[in-house]
Amino acid sequence: MPLPWVQGTVPAGFPSPAADFAVKRHDLNELLITHPAATFMWQARGLSMIDLGVADGDVLVVNRALTPKHGDIVVAEVNGDFTVKQLYKRGGVIKLVSGNSTFPPMLFRDGQTMTICGVVTATIKRFR
Amino acid sequence: MLALVDGNNFYVSCERAFRPALKNRPVVVLSNNDGCAIARSNEAKALGIRMGAPWFECRQLAEEHDVVALSANFVLYGDMSDRMMSVAAGLGPGQEIYSIDESFIDMTGVSGDLTDRARRVRERVLQWTGIPTGIGIAGTKTLAKLANHVAKSADRKPGSYPAELALVCNLARLPAADLDAVLQATAVGEVWGVGRRIADQLKEGGVLTVLDLVRMDPATVRRRWSVVLERTVRELQGQQCISVEDQPAPKKEIAFTRSFGGAVTELADLVAAVTRFASGAAIKLRVQGSKAGQLQVFAHTSAFRPGPKYSRSLIIPLRRPTADTVELVSAAVRGIEAIYRPGFNFAKAGVMLLDLQDGGIEQGELDLEPEPEARSHLMGTLDKLNDRYGRGTISLASAGMKGPKRNFEMTQNLLTPQYTTCWADLPVARA
Repeated sequence: MPLPWVQGTVPAGFPSPAADFAVKRHDLNELLITHPAATFMWQARGLSMIDLGVADGDVLVVNRALTPKHGDIVVAEVNGDFTVKQLYKRGGVIKLVSGNSTFPPMLFRDGQTMTICGVVTATIKRFR
Repeated sequence: MLALVDGNNFYVSCERAFRPALKNRPVVVLSNNDGCAIARSNEAKALGIRMGAPWFECRQLAEEHDVVALSANFVLYGDMSDRMMSVAAGLGPGQEIYSIDESFIDMTGVSGDLTDRARRVRERVLQWTGIPTGIGIAGTKTLAKLANHVAKSADRKPGSYPAELALVCNLARLPAADLDAVLQATAVGEVWGVGRRIADQLKEGGVLTVLDLVRMDPATVRRRWSVVLERTVRELQGQQCISVEDQPAPKKEIAFTRSFGGAVTELADLVAAVTRFASGAAIKLRVQGSKAGQLQVFAHTSAFRPGPKYSRSLIIPLRRPTADTVELVSAAVRGIEAIYRPGFNFAKAGVMLLDLQDGGIEQGELDLEPEPEARSHLMGTLDKLNDRYGRGTISLASAGMKGPKRNFEMTQNLLTPQYTTCWADLPVARA
């Protein structure tokens, strides 16, 4: 008796029990970047922020979309250079504070300009 | 209502975002091979450096005034453009990216005060990306372009237009008399679509300002000039003739051409150069999902440098429409081998893909020649590898090896780092 020929593939073995739970793997962009168009990276150079967790060589994730507030770590433009400091903004006084007692805070006199480029929302530190 | 958002001195602004020391200094950005000024800061404009001015002509002026000259860093400008465009898109529901630094925004259906909204979006683009922009708002594209010109001029040259029109200019909100004053203060040559030749003809005919042009009868304009100028006049009168294209039409031809950094005399160098050009053009072709029916290749000597002159181009019909790098490169190489003559200093070459068609359409053949082995999978892998590991990671051997600089490669002596796309080039913040 001729048997009908069925074309197709038959999967062998057991279906993965996790198949119904497939989700996306951890994506660092999701964790570190909320505003892609406004997020830029800088590299920190120097030791003045060591007590606030910013070490020499760390990559800084800087979000320009956030409004800087007192206590934020910021990247700022001072005298044509970029610097990373902590923003002090209390009682009409604005200054940039270091996270290392051997570095004095940066104060600004009339006519001096300091522009905040963005708020440091994370640092990327690699150990090897 | 339409808006045109345009980055101010865009290339210079991109450079300044990462080199604050360049602020308030005259800066120019030079074209490939450091040839001509293609962007100028306001300070450089004030010194009289013209757009497109050959750099060797400005060099003395530049030295006297301490002008900073930079090689064009298109990798940086491309990324900054992408950021600027995505923030500017918040202005309305439709966006047409018109060039690297301009986009039209369709503001149809946007409620509230449009000028106020545009001011806030302008502030946001500046804060988020560091790029200053000008925004023009009006009922048609041509008027939005004009409004943008007013917004920028009022900012850069105080007194040229009323100060309240600086940065953001909404022509639709101006009372008729004020609008006429603005149009009267603007020369016809500033109008989008009016080139120098037409502007000269108009001036001869007594049409000096945009107001003069607006008051012309469209039918007369068509009779005396052209349908194109008629359309411009109608647009200036507020009648929308050019729509906003959300979806750019696929390009009808793709060109990849370069001036060489130094004189090229050897066939081997030309072959390597056109291999790179054809490979680059093939990528553009695949990105837009097209195939090419014909390929044009050309090479010529410099019109400016001394020596014997030679210029030649060839069109090579392709066996069947293709987007295959190997086939396109072999056609380009056959072409350049036919063009090449020894004894000339070649200054420029290029590859153009013509007769482009939708990649999905395939012409059946009554031919006994076997189909070539399908290579679209290989091409997909090639594109992915080059995307992930950098352009030129995998290329055809005739492109030549990376290594010591070849004569045909570009001179970019004043190139700044790729701050936003290359980990080795991150800007430094002093801690």
